[in-house]
Amino acid sequence: MQTFRFDPCDLPDTALALRSDVRAFLASELDGFPARKRAETWMGWDADFSRKLGERGWIGMTWPKQYGGHERSALDRYVVLEEMLSAGAPVAAHWIGDRQSGPLLLNYGTEQQRQKYLPSIARGESFFCIGMSEPDSGSDLASVRTRAESTGDGWVINGTKLWTSGAHRAHVMIALFRTATEEGNRHGGLTQFLVDLDTPGITIRPIRDLSGNAHFNEVVFEDVLVPDTQRVGETHGAWKQVTAELAYERSGPERYLSCYPLMAELVQEMHGKSEHSSRDEIEIGRAVAELATLRQMSVSVAGMLDAGQNPALEASVVKDLGAVLEQRIPGLATDLLGRPFHLGAGGIDEAAAYLVQNAPSFSLRGGTREILRGIIARGLGLR
Amino acid sequence: MNELQTMLSDTANRLFTDHLQKPVREAAEEGQWPQLLWQAVEENGFGHVLVSEARGGAGAGWSDAMVLLRACGTHAVPLPLAETIVAAWLLDQAGLDVPEGPLTFAQSDLQPDGDSVVCTVPLQAVPFAAQCKHVVAVSPHKDGVRIALFVDGKSSNEVTTIARDPVADLTYNAPAVSHGIAQLPADTVLQFGAVVRAAGIAGALQAVLLQAVQYAGDRVQFGRPISQFQAVQHQLAELASHAASVGVAVDAAARAIEANPRTAGFDIAVAKVRAADAAQIGASIAHQTHGAIGFTYEHGLHFWTRRLWSWAPEFGGAAHWAQRLGKEAIKGGGKELWTTIAAR
Ligand SMILES: Cc1cc2nc3c(=O)[nH]c(=O)nc-3n(C[C@H](O)[C@H](O)[C@H](O)COP(=O)(O)OP(=O)(O)OC[C@H]3O[C@@H](n4cnc5c(N)ncnc54)[C@H](O)[C@@H]3O)c2cc1C
Repeated sequence: MQTFRFDPCDLPDTALALRSDVRAFLASELDGFPARKRAETWMGWDADFSRKLGERGWIGMTWPKQYGGHERSALDRYVVLEEMLSAGAPVAAHWIGDRQSGPLLLNYGTEQQRQKYLPSIARGESFFCIGMSEPDSGSDLASVRTRAESTGDGWVINGTKLWTSGAHRAHVMIALFRTATEEGNRHGGLTQFLVDLDTPGITIRPIRDLSGNAHFNEVVFEDVLVPDTQRVGETHGAWKQVTAELAYERSGPERYLSCYPLMAELVQEMHGKSEHSSRDEIEIGRAVAELATLRQMSVSVAGMLDAGQNPALEASVVKDLGAVLEQRIPGLATDLLGRPFHLGAGGIDEAAAYLVQNAPSFSLRGGTREILRGIIARGLGLR
Repeated sequence: MNELQTMLSDTANRLFTDHLQKPVREAAEEGQWPQLLWQAVEENGFGHVLVSEARGGAGAGWSDAMVLLRACGTHAVPLPLAETIVAAWLLDQAGLDVPEGPLTFAQSDLQPDGDSVVCTVPLQAVPFAAQCKHVVAVSPHKDGVRIALFVDGKSSNEVTTIARDPVADLTYNAPAVSHGIAQLPADTVLQFGAVVRAAGIAGALQAVLLQAVQYAGDRVQFGRPISQFQAVQHQLAELASHAASVGVAVDAAARAIEANPRTAGFDIAVAKVRAADAAQIGASIAHQTHGAIGFTYEHGLHFWTRRLWSWAPEFGGAAHWAQRLGKEAIKGGGKELWTTIAAR
């Protein structure tokens, strides 16, 4: 049986110095930023804010300088991320490009693709979305049916992507399409493409979620032409790329900090009261213990990434435990404050109202709890 | 793991695998002191791992000692090894010599008596009290804590824990053999007791995980190993995640103690909350996976699960430590919380 390795990791001095810079920046930039907005954290979209981060060199931090990156360590980047998330900064616009599309292009893209996209992602000007899921393909990603058919020097695409976060505002989708159907080899006939979203034939329809917001989308492709220069990696070779991409998607601190701004508001509200029941204190303390431990685990994953290891399994552990905690915090606020949270009420009430409604998604997006536990079970040698 | 840790880990695993077979465990549970096992532990200097080299110890740090403290759980060691490691460390911290033999420690009320100190109240519910000739008593002092070594106490109220480890009260009529002051927190006994129990839990969770995974692969029902059932897989994945989480939390606590034993309270509290909560979840999943056979004395899973249940509330349970964390967090306010978490 393999046991999971979470080696302790010390953040380097450069990261600690950076932390104060980021804190100072966020303190002035987010002064007066409402709790409800902070509660969105990495779902909050603000192109101007992303551009400002780009100017400071806080996007594409680990990438080579020739592509607009800053050649800093993954641990420096980690500190920037956790400061952004704990402060509830609106980072959604550049988040996906920085987190996974950029690294994917560095690993598998052509020189021309890197030059075309990476510098503008790093400047906080070019925004990406992830086109994996489809109406009939969620957990079972290898079943995607949207087809890209070769025309010789290009591809013609037909089908529908679903749940694509931010597609209505992004510039580019990195999409997974079926390029061949072979009996018994579902993983073999898949290819990834860079699709500029203003290409003719693409219809993007925002889908309202249960909280009333429209954050994800249905994206329909009708005879969309994409030149072969937009293919990422090998034809039919996308499965291993997608797996690597999902590892980036699952390994960051956003996987346990989505509700952190509400947790901070809750503690602040308690702080303002003269008395607390021991139950209040115990419940807050228990959540603090879990947060502190998840952070240690998450920093450890960052350390392994920095050392060039592949902590996909450990990242799944953090995402699964993290989602459980994230989903508990809105309920904790409901329990401890013991009042209904009204929309339009402002302050912590509105932040809590938002997160109560959004919590179900935390164990779905980026891979469901069941799929993650399956991955962990495989790591234990059970399957 | 560094070189010393690898060495400690290899030695401990070999020693416990060789010397700690089922009859030894069963005899220990019947109240028989496992002399041969203790001898082997003592010959390897395990109990004095945290004692400075000047006083004849290994001079190792808490992160190194963690290897042994976790091994106490992984091997369900029926000895006061964790107690000895802490007690010896306390003596060393107070500049006192460390005697041979098993040691234990307890909260006390120590009062000066001429050049010496006396213990005015019985030491209560002391682990392995009757088995340890020497006991380290600790009480608050204006410069930290007063630490005193007592010999030949009179034990009363002898009971056993759920783990079948002996516990008793101790009274002393004679003054301390030696005493000194250590710059440690006023609640030293609670804090360092809690962290060694958390470490034991981390080790025991690892052990029950291993046993449950192994068993699930071997046990066939409906024509296939039960490990093929997704419900079973997911339970074990949950157990594995909790085991990993406790391991991380106790390592962080060890590092914090190493950096400064006076300011490690937050990290120790985090470790004990996580450990105590995970102990309950882990024991429950391990038993569920084993079905009825795991409920028998014969099978032996209980050597570990009874320790999980026993250690979870010892030196403060999840609620006690969570309340401390919660109080601190609320006192500090919303801004302070992240600063505290990210400072580690
Ligand atoms: C807020 C949000 C944002 C998203 N953003 C994006 C995005 O930007 N890009 C993108 O491509 N996708 C996105 N998704 C889609 C997400 O990846 C999928 O929702 C997820 O993979 C699950 O697929 P599904 O919704 O089709 O559920 P299904 O796969 O139909 O699953 C339904 C239930 O069945 C369970 N289940 C399915 N298969 C198994 C199995 N083998 N064993 C046990 N249980 C199983 C699941 O765990 C789940 O509980 C987003 C989803 C959400 C909620």
